[in-house]
Amino acid sequence: MDRTGEAIFRERLLPYALVVPQLAIVVIFFLWPTVRAIYESFEETTAFGTGARFSGLTNFVNAFTVADELGTIEVTVILACLTTALAMGIGLFLAVEVDQTGRGRRVYRTLLIWTYAVPSAIAGALWLFLFEPNVGAGARLLVDLGVNWNFALHSVQAFALLVAVIVWQQAAYNFLFYTAGLQMIPRDVVEAADIDGASRLARFWRVIFPLLSPQTFYLLVMNVLYAFFSSFALIDVITHGGPGNATTTVVYQVYRDAFQNGNTGLGGAETIFMLLIAVALTAVQFRFLNRKVFYR
Amino acid sequence: MSSHIRSASKALAALLASAVGLLPATGASATTNMGTSHSGSRVTITFWSAMSGSHGGDLVHLAKEFNSSQSTYTVDVLYKGSYSDTLSATIAAVRARRPPDISMVFDAGTATMMDATGVYVPVYKLMSEYKYKFATSQFIGGAGSYYETAKDQLDSLPFNSSTPVLYSNKPLLAKAGIKAPPKTWAQLANDVKPLVSAGAKCILSATGAYIMWTDMEQFAMWNGFPYATDNNGYDSIKPTLLLTSKPMVQHWQFLGGLGKRGLYRWSGTTVSTVPNFTDGSCAFYEQSSADLTEIEAGAKFPFDVTELPFVAGSPAAPQNTVVGGASLWVLSGAPQNTYKGDAAFLHFLMSPSAQDYWATQTGYVPVTNAAFNRLNKEGYYKTHPQDLVAIRELTNKPPLPYTRGIRIGDLPQVRVDEAAAISNILSGKESAAKALATAQAQGNKVIAEFAAEYGG
Repeated sequence: MDRTGEAIFRERLLPYALVVPQLAIVVIFFLWPTVRAIYESFEETTAFGTGARFSGLTNFVNAFTVADELGTIEVTVILACLTTALAMGIGLFLAVEVDQTGRGRRVYRTLLIWTYAVPSAIAGALWLFLFEPNVGAGARLLVDLGVNWNFALHSVQAFALLVAVIVWQQAAYNFLFYTAGLQMIPRDVVEAADIDGASRLARFWRVIFPLLSPQTFYLLVMNVLYAFFSSFALIDVITHGGPGNATTTVVYQVYRDAFQNGNTGLGGAETIFMLLIAVALTAVQFRFLNRKVFYR
Repeated sequence: MSSHIRSASKALAALLASAVGLLPATGASATTNMGTSHSGSRVTITFWSAMSGSHGGDLVHLAKEFNSSQSTYTVDVLYKGSYSDTLSATIAAVRARRPPDISMVFDAGTATMMDATGVYVPVYKLMSEYKYKFATSQFIGGAGSYYETAKDQLDSLPFNSSTPVLYSNKPLLAKAGIKAPPKTWAQLANDVKPLVSAGAKCILSATGAYIMWTDMEQFAMWNGFPYATDNNGYDSIKPTLLLTSKPMVQHWQFLGGLGKRGLYRWSGTTVSTVPNFTDGSCAFYEQSSADLTEIEAGAKFPFDVTELPFVAGSPAAPQNTVVGGASLWVLSGAPQNTYKGDAAFLHFLMSPSAQDYWATQTGYVPVTNAAFNRLNKEGYYKTHPQDLVAIRELTNKPPLPYTRGIRIGDLPQVRVDEAAAISNILSGKESAAKALATAQAQGNKVIAEFAAEYGG
């Protein structure tokens, strides 16, 4: 056997030492909190953590009665579907259009990617400032157009505003990946379709779009994840989950119950539901969608 | 090579160890690490506050005055964010076993604190241990009653205290031919028509974050009816909300009616409503008496400050309002040598000179009778009659058992449910009766859950 290609570790502990930092991070920031959440979800304590005692499934029941677990799941799912469809559609459309422009392509690209460079909290503050019911310039415009604008009172408006900000940010991200994907499609495939007399639409849907399926799959996962988890900053800055629970996602509810209201048991139970949703989502995505992806 | 890695991983391990060490702290000595300013042999007292801006500056001024008045203790005021943020931070700090020495907890957090026996050192006990004269009766009505226990003792020191009053836009009223601000809600309703004819775009607005404080909690007390059973929770850990009482529903029907016509302005709990009044849009404005200075600074027109309207025909109305604001809690688990300093600082804060500085600078009411009498004697209220309105409301009548205050665990969470109902009423999405019933049912669940946490 030829062993020259293998690394030789004289010290037996070194390999372990090398993985320890990674493992420590995983254990401290992922496993330990998960174990804590599971543990605390079976406990009832006061806000101050005193008087902890085993409470069976009380917290899991409370998640549906005291808190609004079903409502927040509904909000999260609708938010994820709407923002993913819109942001990916817009990103793809813009990428294809820009790809076909001759000159000025670079300028368009830079300008269209810009919005993704804005951090969520700042984007949230920006949009809040624009659409704040009393002083926002965008709000005044809507009022002039005859809209009774006050997103603090009208849940549909709050939800629409949140969707708009997420799409505004995510479309740029999707645009970036689709642009890269389009550049990787070999010219000859597209030209062959042209020679066969395919129309522009047919060429796009039968040739280009299938070749973009790895990007589409990746972006689908990323957009859904964004709506589920990263939308937190925008919600916290713009709507605080309101009015009522109209923009309270699963993550925001965990934050409110566990950190703001100090009910760690309830927060733990909600975290477990969130964990189950995340597992289910990942399983679905990789089992069913991955099959349709065409990797070259 | 490998030694590099070893030292690097050692450093990382040390870092992680120190990070872990931060979480479950090491008990009693922890608080000494909290303060950032150690000045010589002085003992640092960490004071978490929810006051920013000019009020925050006034508070720091008082702490500095205390610090320079003696040489043993240094009070270190730390701004921890909004009232809710400060309470959340305090709870988190207690759980991590490194609480501050003193924390400012807002009115709605009172029951949450009070029921957490062992987390705090009751102020009345602290003061008697260090031989300071301290009794609930030293505090003005509405302030003492709000924070006293069922046994009339004060577990915390009532501090920044205010109460809602009615602000009226004088020129707008004059334009509509209205001679005086309304004394009752019926009069206010009558004023709507002439005001609209005179071109008023908005009849009424109320505080943004605390509209449920003005128009539910204080509304119940001012009109002399209970907000919840068991004397608003003073007598039980598990009271039931009474949000669907007749006067409450009728009041919100009226506000919802204004809302539907665009004559009521409110934009959720995160948006300040002060500009609605100071830019001249709204004729009337229910807001804390402590916002007087801000309104004076913003309004470019003369305005009136009067007592809140009451419901004519309510047998007890007008009854009394209670304070809103915050009280100061002394937390357990600090080194023994800090408590004497805590007591001295609290004693300083309730002294007439500190209270009078605080009241005249901020617009909060002086919280002790001695401080009020001193200001009164100096003729302050002759030159500042508007500051007297809040005191008149707070002391209008001796409180009934259910107008002493509100003692409900997790009240901040109940307020969130109330805010949801208010959105639905003002946007016309739901009737007042339906929205209030939903908030009541949801709030009762929150209260029951709080009671369950304490085994109730």
